[in-house]
Order: sequence, then C-alpha cells, then structure tokens
Amino acid sequence: MKPKLSLYIGVGLVGLIVATALLALFWTPYPPTKIDILHRLARPSAAHWLGTDPFGRDVLSMIMVGTHTSLLVSLLAVSIGAGIGIPLGALASSCGGWVDALVMRMADLAFAFPALLTAVMITALAGPGATNAMLAIGLFNIPVFARVTRGAALSVQERDFVVAARATGRGAFGVMARHVLPNISGILLVQITIQFALGILAEAGLSYVGLGTQPPQPSWGRMLNDAQTFIFRAPMLAVFPGLAITVAVLGLNLLGDGLRDRLDPRLMARR
Amino acid sequence: MNLFLFRRVLGLLATVLAASLVVFIVLEVLPSDPAALMLGTDARPDTLAALRRELGLDQPSWWRFVTWIGNLLRGDLGISYTYRVPVSELIGARVEVTLPLAMMAIGLSTSIAIPIGVFSASRRGAASDTAMMAGAQLGIAMPNFWLGILFILVFAVWLGWFPAGGFAGWDKGVGAALHSLVLPAFALALPQAAILSRVTRASVLETLGQDYVRTARAKGLTATVALWRHAVPNALIPVATILGLQFSFLLAGTVIIENVFTLPGLGRLMFQSIAQRDLIVVQDLVVLMATSVIVINFVVDMIYRLLDPRIGAGAQ
Repeated sequence: MKPKLSLYIGVGLVGLIVATALLALFWTPYPPTKIDILHRLARPSAAHWLGTDPFGRDVLSMIMVGTHTSLLVSLLAVSIGAGIGIPLGALASSCGGWVDALVMRMADLAFAFPALLTAVMITALAGPGATNAMLAIGLFNIPVFARVTRGAALSVQERDFVVAARATGRGAFGVMARHVLPNISGILLVQITIQFALGILAEAGLSYVGLGTQPPQPSWGRMLNDAQTFIFRAPMLAVFPGLAITVAVLGLNLLGDGLRDRLDPRLMARR
Repeated sequence: MNLFLFRRVLGLLATVLAASLVVFIVLEVLPSDPAALMLGTDARPDTLAALRRELGLDQPSWWRFVTWIGNLLRGDLGISYTYRVPVSELIGARVEVTLPLAMMAIGLSTSIAIPIGVFSASRRGAASDTAMMAGAQLGIAMPNFWLGILFILVFAVWLGWFPAGGFAGWDKGVGAALHSLVLPAFALALPQAAILSRVTRASVLETLGQDYVRTARAKGLTATVALWRHAVPNALIPVATILGLQFSFLLAGTVIIENVFTLPGLGRLMFQSIAQRDLIVVQDLVVLMATSVIVINFVVDMIYRLLDPRIGAGAQ
C-alpha cells in the first residue's frame, strides 16, 4: 500500500473511532444498558440501525460506548508500558555494563511467557475486571518498550552530535533527555501505535472469555461472547462488534506504518 | 562452537528456572487459597488445616518451590488438588488436542504466507501486490476469536460443512478428529499468516536487491529461476525466526480459540484449573508453555546459525 495512503486511511479510521468515543460521552441513540425485552434480537431497522441484543439493548449504542472501554484500557496499558519501559531502556543504554545486562535479561525472560496466556492467569486469579486487565496488558508492554528504547538509543548514542554534547560536559541524564530521546521519539511513537492496537486486541480477547470488562459496562469482546450464544437466531450480532475491533486495530496499524515511512524516508526505498 | 553451545544451554536452563520462579511468585502473591475454595466458606478451621497439610500448603514457600522444581526435574508434575490424579495425566490428555491444533495452524500459516509474500515481492508495486498487502493488513487487524465465530457462522451454521464446536476424539478416527480442528486451525492461522506474509515480502525484497541475484540474472537465469533458486532460500532465514516467535502467540491463541470452539485442550484445562484454584496445574501449565517457547526459540536460533555461518562467526 502506498505509504501516504496508509497514513491517511489510518488517520481517518482512528479519527472515526475517537470521534465516536467523544460523541458517545454525550449522546447515543438509546441508553446502552437499557433492557427492552419486547424488542429483543431485533434485526437491523430504522429504529435500531444495528439491531438489538438478547436483552433488547441497542447494539449501535453498545458499540459506541464500547469504544470507551477499549480505548481507555489500551491507553492506560500503553502508558504503563511506555512509562516504565522507556526509562528502563534509556537507563540500560546509557549505563551499559551490568545494568544493561540485567534489564535485557529481564526483558528476555518476560518474552518467554505467552502474553495473553499470562494475562488470563493474572486477571483470573486477581479478579476479573477492566483494571486488572489493563494492568496485565500493561505489564507485558514494559519489556517491549524497554527493548525498543534501548536498541534505538544505542544507535544514536555514538552519533557525532551526542558525542559532542557529552564533550561539552553535559551529564548522562541531560544527554539522554535533550539529545537521545528526542531523536528516537519517532520510533517510540510508532511502537506506541502498534502496542495500542495490540492492547485493543488483548482487551477484546480477555473480555470475550469473561475476564476483562464486566457487565453491564458494554465491551466489544463481551458482546461477541453473548452473540455466539445466539448465533443461530441472530447471526448479525456476531458481525458488528468484531468490525468495530477490526476498524480500530486496522486504523492504528495503518497509522503506525504511515508514520514509520514519514519519519524514516530511507525505508521507502525498500517498499 | 562446543563451548559456545554449552554456555547457551546453561543460559537456557537458567532462563527456564527463572521463569518457574516468576510463575511461583506470581501465584504466591495473588490472593488464592485452594484449600478454602475446595471446602467452601463454612469449613471448620481444623478441617481446613488438615487439608492444607495434606496438600503440602502448610510448608514454607521456599520449600514448596524447591520440592516442586526438584519433582519437575524428575518428570513428576505433582498431583492435582481437585482431581487427585497426576497432573501429567491431565495435561497428557489435553495435549492431544492442543498440539495437533497448533501444528496445523503453523503449517497452514506458513503454506499460505510464504507463497503470498514471495509473489507479492516479485510483483512489487503492481495492483496484485497492493491488494495482497491490503488483505494482510486486514488479516492482522482481525481478532482470531472473531474470525473463529465468523467461520462457525459461515461453515457450520450456514453451510454445515464443519461442526460448530467440540472435538470428535482420536478414537473416532484421525479423519474425524482432524475435521473438528479445521476451523479453529484456520482461525488461528490466518492472522499469523498475514503477519508472516509481510515479513516474507520484506525479506524477499531485501534479497532481490543483492549482488548474487543480479549475477544470477546476468548469467542468463530467468527472473523466476533467480527468484526461487537464489532469492527465496536466503530470504527464508529471517522468516524462520519470526515463525519461532509466532509459536508463543499460537500457544496463547489456542487458549482463547479453544473457548470459541469448546475444544478440550490445554486452554480449557487452564481455565478450569484457575476457576477451581487447582494451582499446581496452573503452575505446571504456564511453566510448560514458557519452557516450550524458550526451547523452540533456542532451536530456531541454532538452526539460524547453521543456515547462515556469518552469524556464528562473531559470537565465537
């Protein structure tokens, strides 16, 4: 796909999701948790654009409010990962020696655990819910950010302008904050969009198996689980929440790809 | 090379040990009392104490860790708190579902992704390349459990070609058993294939720009022969590494997919054991999965070195 095009589509789709989330703060066609047994499992119609679920709740309203859960859990999970992982990676790259070895061995160890599997274990034992899901997903973002930051920082560390800054007597912390981190911010930004997308997928997965967001708070994963029970009677229920997840993840991935090309034009030659 | 291998194996063992310690600590820290859960809230304190003693839960943590690891090393996974049968029996029965499922998924993912990646790279910039890579983006964005539900909708509910869930069992014949794994394997494989096809394409594009490919063309080979005989074999080396990493995703993916298709595999066992606070099973399962991820990545790394001697040269 053409890099510019993927950036535009990415911005468009992410914009759509964010706009929906903002709109849902003030307005949804129906109250998302309003039960209406008389109109349960209604097909899509003018009254209910995307139909109603087994409790008669309006699917469109639930999907709109579901953006909150998805975006919030993922945003906080990425913040945890970036907030702890980036300083760790920066520390590893500027200290070197045993600090570097220790941080990297810990990251290696974390990668041995299938992330979703361990998140299932943690949320199930610590108690299902959006907060624990967010912590469990965030935990696995830490080593990712630590590795990416360290790798990128090391490649900048020996560049002339960093060496010059060091020669002027600036301390390691100052060099890192003023010269190294700003120069790798593009790489980190791309990683943030990727982890954000993965966070949305992970939250949906955990909610699908009943460990993430708890009812009555609507969440896309949970809706898919409910839909599966009624797949013979109302197959459309299984379509829309999945589409919402796909649009959000696709948007973030395209945005990340587009940003990567824009920030590092050298890569364009290879595409 | 031998000294190097020895050090790597030592490192491997240390990682597995550290992983077990992490799992053990996590389970110690999280609130859970198997004995209390098994007896219910109105259990008498002395019954509770007796059960704890029986399960060995009254021992200090470090001692339980040491005996657990010691037993693991001798191949003894312990006795399930809930079912009172060896954990190895419980896991053994479930592996028969999860392992074939994961292997089918890896096989499918590779056989879909590599042709698409190579073809896409050879048509770089053409409409077919753009279409296939757009498809890959879509595949990456679709959660595998949603794909599973859509497959159930189309191939089980509407067309009736496959069962909507459940496992036929190996005693019903290999055909029937594999038949019930087709949909879950595809649901697992497609998102992974999407990632893999992008990696393959990038890697083939990289090798297509190398001197030896130009030389091959210059000596008169057709573009197709140069592609398949010279570019593709070299391009597949990094693809193998990604394949190793994907194994970890697949293992975690089976946990969710087995729920979608109600397959009696390791994932279902994991959920059951957590619900019943059968912590010894949870502990063993997570360590087994982590160990298999570590070992597979180790093996891939070693094969990588065999295939590409340049990598080994720096490390010796």
